[in-house]
Amino acid sequence: MENILHIIPEIFIFCSALILLILGLFIKNIKLINNLAILSLLIAVALVINQPYQSIYLNSYVIDEFSSLFKIMIFIGSIVTLVMFVSSREDLHINLYEFPILILFSTLGMMVMVSANDLLAMFIGLELQSLSLYVLAALNRNSLLSSEAGIKYFILGALSSGLLLFGISYIYGFSGNTNFNLIAVNYNSESLGLLIGIVFVLAGLAFKVSAVPFHMWTPDVYQGAPTPITAFFALAPKIAAMGLLVRFLFNSFGELYLDWQQIIFFISIASMMLAAFAAIAQTNIKRLMAYSSIGHIGYALIGVACVSSEGLRSLLIYLMIYLVMNISVFTVILSLKRNDAYFENISDLSGMYKNHPFTTILVALMMFSLAGIPPLAGFFGKFYIFVAALESNMVFLAVIGIIASVISAFYYLRIVKIMYFDEPKEEFDGVNIRSLQVLFYPSSFLVILFFIYPAPIIQLSEYAIKSFY
Amino acid sequence: MIELNQFLILSALLFSIGVIGIFLNRKNVIIILMSIEIILLAVNINLVSFSYFLNDLTGQIFSLFVLTVAAAEAAIGLAILVIYNRNAGSIEIEKINTLKG
Repeated sequence: MENILHIIPEIFIFCSALILLILGLFIKNIKLINNLAILSLLIAVALVINQPYQSIYLNSYVIDEFSSLFKIMIFIGSIVTLVMFVSSREDLHINLYEFPILILFSTLGMMVMVSANDLLAMFIGLELQSLSLYVLAALNRNSLLSSEAGIKYFILGALSSGLLLFGISYIYGFSGNTNFNLIAVNYNSESLGLLIGIVFVLAGLAFKVSAVPFHMWTPDVYQGAPTPITAFFALAPKIAAMGLLVRFLFNSFGELYLDWQQIIFFISIASMMLAAFAAIAQTNIKRLMAYSSIGHIGYALIGVACVSSEGLRSLLIYLMIYLVMNISVFTVILSLKRNDAYFENISDLSGMYKNHPFTTILVALMMFSLAGIPPLAGFFGKFYIFVAALESNMVFLAVIGIIASVISAFYYLRIVKIMYFDEPKEEFDGVNIRSLQVLFYPSSFLVILFFIYPAPIIQLSEYAIKSFY
Repeated sequence: MIELNQFLILSALLFSIGVIGIFLNRKNVIIILMSIEIILLAVNINLVSFSYFLNDLTGQIFSLFVLTVAAAEAAIGLAILVIYNRNAGSIEIEKINTLKG
């Protein structure tokens, strides 16, 4: 019994998902089910905060500062998605009680991912998360776009799981263990098989964080999936996969970093550059956000490539800021609604300033922040990343990062230009519903006012990297 | 006595067949599902043979997990395929191109 109590947040999420699944059969009130799911996520936040730090189950599952911070970020992402679901479920034809339950299951998978300290736990967590996400992408059963997004995500996701597993089997075979810490003790650094394993596992994980050679699913899935689910894709799974990537690399192959550093180096540069150029030609705002998120993952990967405590710290700061910026932007995308129809093209934003002056100012500031213009939060995220890169003598990476963020400023500023100077169109519904307001205003003000009091976020990241340094 | 190398070559071949099957096939999605199964089974051969030669049970337990997940994945894949077929009227790969840009 005591053993189960160690993972009480996971057990709690699992049980509430099962209970809600049964409740959903009898209660036709989807909003109630959704609110109960939000409540259980909030309770899980409290449970995670009060959890004692330890490694359990033969050291295959670790509860430490790092995993708790990631779990809380994941919970925030899931809660935001569920709040977005409340306002949009009918117009987007996703009014199904399965939605909150699938979100809960994938949240559970992500919790296992960030705590996993064993190849088996890592694999099970990843699959639980991905299988729920495949279904979520195709949730709008009557839409060709949604089901196409689902099928593309499924095929490429299953392929990446295959690559990951192939790598896992080699790592197991050439080190004789599946536990990250035991792998670190037992491997033979001359072994080619181990290197093959690392490369394959990194390919699988790069797919999950949508870093460049494996990014091709991202724009299609972002565009095709219903908007709250797109927001979920941007918020939670990437952060969870990043946590898993860091723990996998630092715990099991921390000593071998010369081997994997160059891989991370390459995918980071490729992600930043490709995203900066490919996003310029986009007309759909969800597609644009997909490329934007690929680019942001590229910057975040610089933090991993540094292999230093500064690098990890800046990675965590970057991910927290990325989370908050995306909440704000996706809420705005969800508010582009007129007569119960949603608009997704960038040209639909034209002249938004005339009808929604206050919202537009905040959106413009969010775009500045995504582009990394001071004194907004996005600038500080990039600043810490580049400083960490310079401190570990990765000048080339920092220079490429700065060039990429200058190029990407073009498409962010284009949105600002369209909103302010183009011909006005009809009025949107705007951020008029309370469920959107509670997301939009706090997240926007957090991004804008971050520079006044950045200490909590920096302290939080210092606290979380104690697990590694 | 069969050596570990031979098992590894077999599974690498199966793995390659699976990956090539996904990329070369231009006909329909069912073949992709079969290729994914082949990839996962190649991994299982790897895991079981490593487990045998290392005298360590973990690999065999792992392979049971892989089999379970493969079953779940196939079920979800087919379900999504059915939805897609209902919306688009075909599962030809070359016609899955509504989303692009």
